[in-house]
Amino acid sequence: MTPPAETATVLEEAAKREYKYGFVTDIESEFAPKGLNEDIVRFISDKKSEPEWLLEWRLVAYRHWLTMREPKWAFVDYPEIDFQDSYYYAAPKRSEDMPQSLDEVDPKLLETYKKLGIPLAEQAILAGVAVDAVFDSVSVATTFKEKLTEVGVVFCPISEAVQTHPELVRKYLGSVVPYADNFYATLNSAVFSDGTFVYVPKGVRCPMELSTYFRINAANTGQFERTLIIADEGSYVSYLEGCTAPMRDENQLHAAVVELIAMDDAEIKYSTVQNWYPGDEEGRGGIYNFVTKRGICRGKNSKISWTQVETGSAVTWKYPSCILEGDNSVGEFYSVAITNNYQQADTGTKMIHIGKNTTSTIISKGISAGHGQNTYRGLVKAMASADGARNYTQCDSLLIGDECGAHTVPYIEVSNPGARVEHEATTSKISEDQLFYCQQRGLDPEAAVSLIVNGFCKEVLKELPMEFAVEAQKLLGVTLEGSVG
Amino acid sequence: MSFLSVKNLHAAVGGKEILKGIDLEVGEGEIHAIMGPNGSGKSTLSYVLSGREGYDVTQGEVLFNGENVLDMAPHERAAAGIYLAFQYPVEIPGVSNLSFLKTAVNAVRTARGEPELDALNFLKFAREKGKILEMKDELLKRPVNVGFSGGEKKRNEIFQMAMLEPTLAILDETDSGLDIDALRIVSEGVNKLRSPHRSMIVITHYQRLLDHIVPDFVHVLADGKFVASGGKELALELEKDGYAKFGIDESASAAA
Repeated sequence: MTPPAETATVLEEAAKREYKYGFVTDIESEFAPKGLNEDIVRFISDKKSEPEWLLEWRLVAYRHWLTMREPKWAFVDYPEIDFQDSYYYAAPKRSEDMPQSLDEVDPKLLETYKKLGIPLAEQAILAGVAVDAVFDSVSVATTFKEKLTEVGVVFCPISEAVQTHPELVRKYLGSVVPYADNFYATLNSAVFSDGTFVYVPKGVRCPMELSTYFRINAANTGQFERTLIIADEGSYVSYLEGCTAPMRDENQLHAAVVELIAMDDAEIKYSTVQNWYPGDEEGRGGIYNFVTKRGICRGKNSKISWTQVETGSAVTWKYPSCILEGDNSVGEFYSVAITNNYQQADTGTKMIHIGKNTTSTIISKGISAGHGQNTYRGLVKAMASADGARNYTQCDSLLIGDECGAHTVPYIEVSNPGARVEHEATTSKISEDQLFYCQQRGLDPEAAVSLIVNGFCKEVLKELPMEFAVEAQKLLGVTLEGSVG
Repeated sequence: MSFLSVKNLHAAVGGKEILKGIDLEVGEGEIHAIMGPNGSGKSTLSYVLSGREGYDVTQGEVLFNGENVLDMAPHERAAAGIYLAFQYPVEIPGVSNLSFLKTAVNAVRTARGEPELDALNFLKFAREKGKILEMKDELLKRPVNVGFSGGEKKRNEIFQMAMLEPTLAILDETDSGLDIDALRIVSEGVNKLRSPHRSMIVITHYQRLLDHIVPDFVHVLADGKFVASGGKELALELEKDGYAKFGIDESASAAA
C-alpha cells in the first residue's frame, strides 16, 4: 500500500507523536493515525488482508457516510463529536504495556468485581491484566472450538470468517443492516474493527451458550464491533454478548452493528449485558454507545429473541429490532435499561410484521434514578401482507427520586385490518411505603432498592441465560448504589 | 428495668404535633394494648418506634434494652428486634414472599452476628413457621402481598414476624379488615408467638381482638396522650361505654 503524499506526511507526524509515548514507530504494524479518510479505511482493510470486494464495500460505505448527518431525534444530549479526533484502528495492546497482575489494578474496580462475584481469573482478563500472566485463555478457547467444530458450528472473529468463509460473509454482511442504513451503521461499515461470526448449520442445536468463550475473549473487540449470526434451517443458537463487569475502555465512541438471520424453523436468542463506563457522578466521561442491532426472521416459523440489560454507558442509543418476514415467525424484545446519575438512554425496538400470522412481544422496563433520562422508543409495524399479525407491548417505567425522567414514545403503524396490536404502559415510583416496609424487615436502603428493582425487572431477567441472571441481579443493585438516602 | 421505656415522647408529622407526651413502660414478655379512636396517634406511635422517615421526634426519649432507639435507622431497629406488623401491608411486585423473607432473615441474622441460612435450611424454617399461620405453599411463592386478600395480608405479617423472631412486636390494627375466621387464625398465630422474651404492643380500635389476644395492660390514647391505663378490664369498659367516657368526642378526633 502506498499512501498519497499528503497522508504519508500525516502518518509520519503521527508516528513521531506516538513515539513520544513509547509506541513503535512502524505504522505498518501497529496503528493508524487519528482521523478518518479513505486511506484509513484502506489501511484497516489492508491490516486484515481483506479481499477486494470487502474493501470496496467499506469504501462505498465511507463515501456514503460523508453525505450523512448525525441523527438528532433521540432524546439524548451530548457534546458534538469530532470524528477526526478519534483513532479508527489500533492493534491490541502488547502485554508489557498492560498491568502484570491484579495488584496493579484500581482497587475500586476490583471491589466492584467482587460484589458481582466474578471469578479471579476473569477479573484479571476484564481488568486488562496481561493474559499470559494469569490465564491460558488459548487452551480454553480451543476446547470450546473443538466441541463446536464437531457439530459444524462456525464461531470465530469476523475477520477470520472473511478468510475462511468468504461466501457466507459476502452473502449476508449488510443484508439486514445495509451499509446506508443510518449514520452510525454506515460509519461502522466503513471502519468496523472486528466482531463475531456465527454460522449454525441446518438442523444443529448449538451445544452450548456462546457466552463463556466470548467473555474470556471479549477484551479488545474494539469500538466498531461487527457481529453476524446466521442460523440455518431448523437450527438453534443462544448468544450472550458483554459482561456484567465494567470493562476498561479508552474509546469514548462505540458504534456496533449486529445482524441476525434466521432461516425456516430456526431460532436465535441474543442476550446482552452492557455495562460500559457510565461516567462519574457529575456526568463527566462515559461511553457513547450508538448501536444498530437487527435480526431478520427470513424463514417460516423462525424466531428471534433479544434480551438486553443496559446499565452502562453515558449515552445509549439502541433499538434491537426484528423483521418478521417468514410466515408464523416470532420476534421478542425484553429490555431492562437503567440510568443513574447523568446517564441517558434512548432505547427500544422495531417489530416489522411482513409475513402472515407473525407475532411479536415487547417487554420494556426502564429505571431512572439520580438525574438519569430514560426513553423507550419503539415501532410496531404491520404491513398489508401481515394477515393475522399480533403484537403485545408492555412498557413500564420506574422512577427513583424526583430529578430523573422517563419517557415513552411508541409508534404503531398498521396497514392490515386483521392485525392486532396491544400496548400497555405504566409509570411508577419506588414508593416510600415499599422502602420503609423493606427496611422495617431489616434491609438497608440500598438492599431495599435493589430488591424492589429486581422485582420490577423480573419478567426480563428470567429471559437471561441462567448463569447470567444472578450476576445481572447483582448488577442492578451495584448500578443503583447511592440512588437513595 | 423496663424492656421498652418511652418517656415524654412528642412527635410531629409535617410540622403538626401528633404525639403530645407519651409515657410507656413495657416489661419483657408483656403485652400492652393501645386503644383509641381514629386520628388519636396510634399509627404515628408505631411509626415513630420503628423509625419511619417524616415522623419527627421533637421531645422525649425511647430506650430499648437500654439503647437509644431514636438514633437508629429503621433496619438497625429491625435487627435490634423491633418488628412492626403493618396496618396496610405493602405490595412488592415480582419479588416472591420467600425470597423477600430470605433476604430479610439473612440481613437480620447477619446484623445479629448469626450465620446466614442457606436455601435448604431457610425453606425448612419457613415451612415450619408457615404451619403456625396455616400459610399455604402457594402464598409463600407469590409476590409479596400482591393479589393477597385482606386476611392473607395480615396473616403474612404475622408469618413474617414468626420468621424474624423479634423481641418487640408492634401490631398496628392487625384486626382491621379481617372476618371472624381470619381473625381467629391471626390471633392464634400471635398467641403461639407469645413468649417470656417477646413483648408486644397491640394497637387496635376494637375490643374484639383483645378477646383473642389477652393483654396484660391496656392504654387509652386520645389526641396524642394516654388518658387512661389499666388492666385488661379497661378494654371491656371501653367496649361497654365507648370512648365518650374518657371525654373523647370520637367524631371530632376522627377528623383530625
